[in-house]
Amino acid sequence: MTTIVGMPLLDVRDLHVEFVTRDGVAKAVNGVNYRVSAGETLAVLGESGSGKSVTAQAIMGILDMPPARIPKGQILFKGEDMLTMGKDARRKIRGQKIAMIFQDALSSLNPVLSVGYQLGEMFRAHRGASHKDAKAKAVELMDRVRIPAAAQRVNDYPHQFSGGMRQRIMIAMALALEPDLIIADEPTTALDVTVQAQVMDLLAELQAEYHMGLILITHDLGVVADVADKIAVMYAGQIVETAPVHDLYAAPAHPYTRGLLDSIPRLDQKGQELFAIKGLPPNLLRIPPGCPFNPRCPRAQDICRRTDPPLTQVVADDGEPVLGRASACHFWKETLRDD
Amino acid sequence: MTTDGATALGAAQPEEAAFAQPVSCGEPILQVRDLVKHFPLTRGVLFKRQVGAVKAVDGVSFDLVKGETLGIVGESGCGKSTLAKVLMNLEPATAGSVKYKGEEISGLRGSALKAVRRNIQMVFQDPYTSLNPRMTVGDIIGEPYEIHPEVAPKGQRKTAVQDLLDVVGLNPEYINRYPHQFSGGQRQRIGIARGLALKPEVIICDEPVSALDVSVQAQVINLLEQLQGEFDLSYMFIAHDLSIVRHISDRVGVMYLGKMVELGSDAEIYDHATHPYTQALLSAVPVPDPTARERRDRIVLTGDVPSPANPPSGCRFRTRCWKAQDRCAVEEPLLARPAWLTGLAVHDSACHFAAEREIELSAAEREIELSAAEREIGPRAAEREVGPSTPEREIGPSTAERQENEGGETGTPQ
Repeated sequence: MTTIVGMPLLDVRDLHVEFVTRDGVAKAVNGVNYRVSAGETLAVLGESGSGKSVTAQAIMGILDMPPARIPKGQILFKGEDMLTMGKDARRKIRGQKIAMIFQDALSSLNPVLSVGYQLGEMFRAHRGASHKDAKAKAVELMDRVRIPAAAQRVNDYPHQFSGGMRQRIMIAMALALEPDLIIADEPTTALDVTVQAQVMDLLAELQAEYHMGLILITHDLGVVADVADKIAVMYAGQIVETAPVHDLYAAPAHPYTRGLLDSIPRLDQKGQELFAIKGLPPNLLRIPPGCPFNPRCPRAQDICRRTDPPLTQVVADDGEPVLGRASACHFWKETLRDD
Repeated sequence: MTTDGATALGAAQPEEAAFAQPVSCGEPILQVRDLVKHFPLTRGVLFKRQVGAVKAVDGVSFDLVKGETLGIVGESGCGKSTLAKVLMNLEPATAGSVKYKGEEISGLRGSALKAVRRNIQMVFQDPYTSLNPRMTVGDIIGEPYEIHPEVAPKGQRKTAVQDLLDVVGLNPEYINRYPHQFSGGQRQRIGIARGLALKPEVIICDEPVSALDVSVQAQVINLLEQLQGEFDLSYMFIAHDLSIVRHISDRVGVMYLGKMVELGSDAEIYDHATHPYTQALLSAVPVPDPTARERRDRIVLTGDVPSPANPPSGCRFRTRCWKAQDRCAVEEPLLARPAWLTGLAVHDSACHFAAEREIELSAAEREIELSAAEREIGPRAAEREVGPSTPEREIGPSTAERQENEGGETGTPQ
């Protein structure tokens, strides 16, 4: 591995993504910054429409352009900006260096080709392997993601596998070329909890084995707590808070994060009303001025309706900056202290 | 709080635990006995012959008490949604009985069925597909009145619909809007308003919040709880999110492959589960607390759920169970109270080797459990709840050892 010490594997800088629609321009991503290093797991947490998947698609370079466009920003992979590099250079990265696991394994796999053929395609397309070698590699991969009787099942079609097994095949496909970074977009949302546990364990294990960076996109606060090293919380196309996982759950520094954590039913609150964030996520065609969360925020003041707070470093009481913690709230100090 | 009635019921259960099932306080509004739903598998085009059956629901019995919330949990394919459909008579039952206030309703047809359906309504999972996009909100919520004109005469329908919109927290002026003009959470409110239109006594909620965003889920759960208090509703709440089910339910039933494997109060199921499947299910739920990561003691089940067309003999869970013995393949365990257990562990469980799992609670968790028990049931009940659980945790070194070994085995998948 050629990662230079101190340089993150992936560095997204001030990324903007817009969609041109009939009703106007939808600003899906508005200035996102995040970094992932080798061996690290970054969880991107957000509700539908928060821009978490669009950011991932922009990194992978699989956005349909148009209607999408990227007016601003950089996506640096090992120091090189993928947005300005040529098509061929980009193609060498996609799939080989950065791979993606999608949510819905059934619709991401081709139903009329056997899984062995689809897995082998990675080696045929990128490595020029023969059909026979590719199939042997496919069996090996299926073994590695612990699909029982891989040699017998390599010629089966996607519908012959269960949901959990299909997701394993997706993981195998992402792992095929031993990428440096994996982006998993809601990898277990379509699975049952017992299967989810199996798949997440497998993913974490393989990540440690290959020392890969992992971006886990999810809305599930439980899954995040289980596997992430650091978290970026997104709302209306912006990152509103970043923090190491333990800090975030212990004391959130943004009212939105606080609201999300408070709306989880807790054992000692049974029979009481659940805390609910009032209102609805904003329409991306008409993001409110100032802080995008201000219409739903219990802490909103005049300043929140006027100026959009930048992501600012969180400083502890003793004046020391807290490593990796930032909040996009005018009142992060008050939010942090309010317990 | 609007759920006072429900909480009181839930709290009373540990006390009732000594008596015969089901919960004896309050009249059962729905009595389900040995309910079976098989979907035939046929072969041949012209002369179809049955070659087997998908046993979606295979002998399920329970009571729904007036004013309570019964949560049903289980993985996809375990038959929970089929159960809801059979109860609603949307699918005819293959065998078994469903009694509404003592009167048999399965197999009813025509006007008799129509009359019963007025009292049992349903809220569906997907608020995007369960509302007709070509009908206005007023027409959607008012449609039940076309079928049951006795509830609201023609002249009063508009006001009735507007009242319902108001009750579920939507602006009554939205009556002429179409579903696409609303967000997911608002659409689910429309679905709930339609369910309430005929003033039913029972509402079956089939995954009512799973299609909604996290920040909106809590709003809908609060609305359901508030309506329960206001209209004295009984809920059957089907969901796969175990923490939400615990929050809203007084009693919880766990289903696996068409069978009810465990049934008890929320504390009995969540803190004193005795069926291995329930224990595995609970341990698999990711806890939103990163400090729990190191000390969690997860049972990772190997393999997938077997096909309901060809379920395993004896106990259906035995193919994935770490406790399985020869007996489990031969003799099907019945849903009953294990005589060898004590305290809150005594509740319906369909396992030959029903026993609580030994998990070391951290001091903080123990405190939460204690304070929750005190707040809900009062100090006297808290004593009772904590009291018997101490001896249960000391079953003896042999049990602890065995469970440790088993934990090790199941910890490594396949």
